[in-house]
Amino acid sequence: MSFLEINGVRKTFGQSVAVEHFELRAERGEFVSFLGPSGCGKTTTLRMVAGFERPSAGHIRIDGVDMTDTPPNKRKIGMVFQSYALFPNMTVADNIGFGMRVAGRPRAEIRARVDEMLGLIHMPEFARRYPAQLSGGQQQRVALARALAAQPQLLLLDEPLSALDAKIRLSLRQEIRAIQRQLNITTIYVTHDQEEAMSLSDRIVVMNRGRIEQIGGPFEVYNFPQTGFVASFVGTLNVLPAEVVDAGAGRVRVDGQEIALGKPISGGAAGQRLSVAVRPEIISPNGAHGPQANQLRGSVEDVTFLGAIVRVRVRLGASAVHFDVFNNPHLAPPAHGDLVTLRFPAESCMVITEARNH
Amino acid sequence: MAWLGVVPFLAFIVAFLLWPAASIVVRSFLDQQGRLTLQNIADLSQPFIVSSYIYTIELSAVTAAVGGLFGLLLAYAITVGGLPSWARAGLLGFSGVASNFAGIPLAFAFIATLGQLGLVTQWLKGMGVSLYPAFSLYSFWGLAITYVYFQIPLMVLIMAPALDAMRRDWREAAEGLGATGWQYWRFVGLPILLPAILGTMALLFGNAFGAHATAFALTGGGSQSSVVTILIGAQISSDALANPGLGNALALGMIVIMTITIGLYSWLQRLSERWK
Repeated sequence: MSFLEINGVRKTFGQSVAVEHFELRAERGEFVSFLGPSGCGKTTTLRMVAGFERPSAGHIRIDGVDMTDTPPNKRKIGMVFQSYALFPNMTVADNIGFGMRVAGRPRAEIRARVDEMLGLIHMPEFARRYPAQLSGGQQQRVALARALAAQPQLLLLDEPLSALDAKIRLSLRQEIRAIQRQLNITTIYVTHDQEEAMSLSDRIVVMNRGRIEQIGGPFEVYNFPQTGFVASFVGTLNVLPAEVVDAGAGRVRVDGQEIALGKPISGGAAGQRLSVAVRPEIISPNGAHGPQANQLRGSVEDVTFLGAIVRVRVRLGASAVHFDVFNNPHLAPPAHGDLVTLRFPAESCMVITEARNH
Repeated sequence: MAWLGVVPFLAFIVAFLLWPAASIVVRSFLDQQGRLTLQNIADLSQPFIVSSYIYTIELSAVTAAVGGLFGLLLAYAITVGGLPSWARAGLLGFSGVASNFAGIPLAFAFIATLGQLGLVTQWLKGMGVSLYPAFSLYSFWGLAITYVYFQIPLMVLIMAPALDAMRRDWREAAEGLGATGWQYWRFVGLPILLPAILGTMALLFGNAFGAHATAFALTGGGSQSSVVTILIGAQISSDALANPGLGNALALGMIVIMTITIGLYSWLQRLSERWK
C-alpha cells in the first residue's frame, strides 16, 4: 500500500471535464511533480488532494485512510500557494505558528517550533516583521515554513515559484528540495516549468487536457517520452516529417535524405508518412558521433545566442532542424548561410505516435 | 498647472465646508446684537439640550451598530456567502436606491406602513397583534427602525467591495492549516476587515447624527426628546423661540462630537491596521 493513492479520480465542472481517470501512487518521502500546460488539470488534481475540490468520481487515500470526503482542515496537509497567501495581519512568527495555534498547542511549544522553522528557512531575524515588509522570495519561504510547522503528513505546492524572478527561483528551488529531503515528507509539486520539474522530482506526472500522458522519473520522461505530447512538451524537440523507406530496417527519408531509426518500424509500410523527433542537444555539426551516425545536410538559417548555449537552426528543405552547441569564447559559432552536415545516432531518433488513451 | 484641476474641488470645500464651519464657530460666540459672548456656549448645558445630545448620540450609535451588523451580514451573504449572482445584483441595486431614500419620503413611507393606521400595523391588528401603544413610530425605537432602513444599505454598498477583496487563498491556507470557519474569521478575516468595518461604522454614525428631515417629519419638530438637528432648526427658524446664536452653538457642539468620533475612529483604525 502506497502512502498516497489517487484512484480513478475524475473532476467535472458542469459539462467540462477538468480531470479524467487520474491514477497515482506515491511513496512516503517521494517528491512528485505534476507537469503540464495551463488548463491541463494539474492544479485541480492538487486541490482535490488538499480537499478544496471534491472529486466527481474516484478516491484519494493518504496513509491508508480514505480522505475523499474529509474536509481540508482535517487532512493534516501543508499547502503552499503561488500567491504566498500569508495572512497580512500577522507577523512572520504568527503566520508560521498559526496551524499550531488553531490546534490549541501550548504557547511554549509553538514558540519553539516557530524558532526551529525560522532557522530552517534561514530567517530567524524576521520573526516580528509583517508580510508586507518582506520580498517575494522571503514571503514564499515563510509560506513554506508555515506549511511545514504543523508537521503535515503531505506537502502540496501549487506553482510556488512562478511569481519570483529567475535567480530567486533557482535558489529557492534548491532550498525546497533540501528541506523536503531533510524532513522526508511526501510532496506534490505543481508546475508548468519543465526545468523545475526535472530538477526537483523523483517522478513527474505529465498531464495534458485532464489526462495523464506519462508518469516516470525525469531521465525516463525526457529521454523516452511515450507520447507525442510528452516529447514536444518536455524539452525542445525537432519534429521532422518523414516517409518510410524500409520499415523492417527502420529507414526513413527526411527531405530527400535517408536516415536510420535504429529499430524496425512496427506496423509501418514503405511510403507511409510519420514524424521523427530528435533532441537538439543530440545533434552535432561535426564528426562527434562517428561515421555510422545519421547525417543530414543543410544550410545555417539562424543563430541564437542563449548564454551558455548557442542554438542554431539549419534549413534542410521544407523542414528545419535546431541543434545546440556549448558556447566557446575561443570558437566562433556557425554563421548564416554556412553549409553543415548534422550527425546524430540512429538510436536517438523517436517515432512520434498519437497520445495514449487512458 | 497640475493644481488647476483641483481648483473646483477646493472651491467647493471652501464654499460649503470651511466657510460655513468657520461661520458657525464665529457666530457661536456672538449674541443677537453681534457682540462677543459665551452665553450661547453656556446655554448648551440646559437640561433639554444635554438630553437632546444624549438622545441623538444614542440614536446614531444604535442605528450605526444595528445597520452595521445587518449590513455586514447581508454584504457577506452576497459576496463570500455564495448567493446566486442575481441575488447579488438585486440587493446591490436595491441598496443603491434605499441608501439614498431618506428624509420626508422615507418618513411618510414608514407612517404608511408602521404608523398607527399603517398597512402593517392594521394587518397585524387583524391577526390579533397590537403594535400600539407598546410601540410607536414616533418614539426612539420608531425613529431607529426608520434610520436603519438607510443605514443597512449604506453598509452593504461599502462593505461588499471590501469583502470581495478578501482573497480565497487566505481562507484555503487557514483551512489547510487546520482552522475551522470560525477560527478563520476570528484570526484572519475579521482582523483584515476591521479597518473597513470601523470606517463604515463611523460613517453610519455621522449619517444618523446629521439626519434632520426624517426625524422632523416623524416627530413633527417637537423640541422635547428631539434630535439636535431639529433643535438647531427651531433656534434658527422658529418665530417665538428663535435664538440663532444658540443654534450656531448647537451646531458647534455637533462639529465637536463628530471630530471626537473621527479622531476615535482614526485611532482605532491605526491600531487595527498596523500590519499595513
